[in-house]
Amino acid sequence: MVKVIVFPPTSTILADMVERMGHTPLVMSGEIRKKVNTPSLESPPLNITPEDPKKGLRYAAVDVPSGIRGRMSMIGPMIDEAEAALVVKDGNCLVGCTGCARTNELARLLIKVKGIPQIELKYPTSDAEARRFVHDIRTFLEGLR
Amino acid sequence: MIRIAQLSCGAEYSGVQRELEKAAEAVGARLIFPEVALDDVLNVESRFGIEVPSGDLNLAMARATRLVENPDLADAVFVCTCFRCAEGAIVRGEVRRFIHSHSRLPVLTYSFTERTTSDTLLTRMEALVTTAKMKGLLAREKQTGLTAGIDSGSTTTKAVIMRDNEIIGTGWVPTTEVLKSADAALEAALSEAKVKREELEGIGTTGYGRFLVGKHVNARLMQEEITVNSKGAVFLADAQRGAATVIDIGGMDNKAISVQDGIPGGFTMGGICAGASGRFLELTARRLGVNITELGKLALKGFHENVTMNSYCIVFGTQSLVNSLSKGSRPEDVAMAACHSVAEQVFEQQLQEVEVKQPVIMVGGTSLIEGLPKAMENLLGLPVIVPRYAQYIGAVGAALLVSGLLEG
Repeated sequence: MVKVIVFPPTSTILADMVERMGHTPLVMSGEIRKKVNTPSLESPPLNITPEDPKKGLRYAAVDVPSGIRGRMSMIGPMIDEAEAALVVKDGNCLVGCTGCARTNELARLLIKVKGIPQIELKYPTSDAEARRFVHDIRTFLEGLR
Repeated sequence: MIRIAQLSCGAEYSGVQRELEKAAEAVGARLIFPEVALDDVLNVESRFGIEVPSGDLNLAMARATRLVENPDLADAVFVCTCFRCAEGAIVRGEVRRFIHSHSRLPVLTYSFTERTTSDTLLTRMEALVTTAKMKGLLAREKQTGLTAGIDSGSTTTKAVIMRDNEIIGTGWVPTTEVLKSADAALEAALSEAKVKREELEGIGTTGYGRFLVGKHVNARLMQEEITVNSKGAVFLADAQRGAATVIDIGGMDNKAISVQDGIPGGFTMGGICAGASGRFLELTARRLGVNITELGKLALKGFHENVTMNSYCIVFGTQSLVNSLSKGSRPEDVAMAACHSVAEQVFEQQLQEVEVKQPVIMVGGTSLIEGLPKAMENLLGLPVIVPRYAQYIGAVGAALLVSGLLEG
C-alpha cells in the first residue's frame, strides 16, 4: 500500500480511484476533516486560524499571499508524506480545485521536483479518452508497491 | 440586521474569516454569501466579462453578477482578496467597478493578510453599515438648530459649533489626553461662538476617540469618519448633489472616498506606512526647521523633480530627506518632494481603488499644506478643491448630521 497524493488535491474522484486500488489517497478533505474535528479550535467554517499561513512559510516565502500559504499548510505536508503522485491537468473546477491557481501551480511544482513515481494526465473530454484515462491510472496504481 | 455580501478569495485559508465576521457582528451586520448556480461560475465570462484561472475569484465574480441582477439580496458589498495577489487585485477592482456601474450598492474593498484583525476592519465595516442603514440621515444637506461636532483624531482634536447652517465657532488642539483635548477644543469653539455648553441641542463625535469622547459629552451621534467626513466635505465644497471624490490624508491613515449625492459609494482607508501620511510632512518640516504651517508655501516655490524622494517607508523617506539636504538640495525642492511623495503614494495605493470623479475635494489638516493639493493636482491631472474650514471637516460633518437626529 502506497501513499498517493492526487492533484488537484481536492479531487474526490481521483481519491476514490486510488482507494479502490488498495492505496492511501492524500487529499485535502482528509486534512480539513482533521481540522474541523479538532476540539478547542473556534474558527469556522474550516477551523483555519492565522497560525496556519505561518506554517505555510515552510513551502512559500513571506511575500506570497496568505491564502496560498494557508492552503500550502495543508497541501505541503501531504506532498512531504507522498510516496507517489497522480496528477491531472486541464480539468475545470468540477474535477477539484483549491480555489487558487497560484496554489495549484506551486503544489504541482513541488510534486514534480520531489522525484517520486508519478503519472501526469490530461483530463479526458470524450468517452474514448475517459476509458484510456482510467486504464492509464489503473496501470500506474497497480505498478506501485 | 444589515446584510453584507462577502465576495472574496482566500479569507478562510488566511485564517481571517472569523475576524471578518466579528467586525460585521460588532457593527450590527451579518456577512452573507449570495448563492449561485454552478453554470454561473462556469460561464462567468459571458456575464461578467472575464474568467480567471482561480476558481474562488470566478465564484466571487459570479456572485457579483447575481447581486446586480438581484440587488435586494444584500444591503452592501465587501470585496476582499489576499494582499500581494495580482490576480486577486485585478478581480477585486473589476468587481467593485462592475457593482458600481450596475447597482447602487455601497462597496468596500480590502486586501488582507493573516494579521488582519476585526479591530482593523471595524471603522470600515461601520462606514459600510452606516451608508446602507442611514441613507436618509446621510442625504441631509442642511444643518439646523445649534449643534456641535467634535473630531477626536490621532494627531489633533477639532470642534465646531454650527447654528442654522453656519459655522459660528471653531476649536483646534493637538491630541494629548483624549478627553482633555476634546474638552479644550469644544471650549475654544464655544468661546468663539459665544455660546454656553448647555445651550447646545446636540453633539456629534467622530474620529478615533469618538466613542470615549461621545460618552463623555453625552453625544447623540458617534460616527466613524468616512461617512462623516464625506458629508462635511461635500457640504463645505458645496457639492452635495452628484458625484465627488474626497481625499483625506490624516496623521495616521488616509481615506479616499467616492461620493454620490453626499453618500459614500466606495472607499479605501489605509496607508502602508506613516511615510504616506501627514506624519512624514511634520517630520520634514521639523528637519527643514520650519513650522508645519510654512511647509506648504515653501513647497510651492520648489520642484519635486530636483530631489529623489520615496517615502513608501518613513525610515527610507527620512534617509532620502537627510541625503538630499546633505547634498545641498534647496529646502523648497525638498519640501515639494516630500509633498509629492506623500501624494504619490495615496494616488498609487488608494485612488486606484475608488472611482475618481470631479470635483476632487481634499480635506483634513494636511490639505492646508499647499504643496500637497498641488502635488495631487499634478498627479491626477484634475483640479483639487480645498474648501474653507477643510481642517474641521469631521467636526462639521458631525455637527451637520447630529442635527438630523434632533428632529421628530
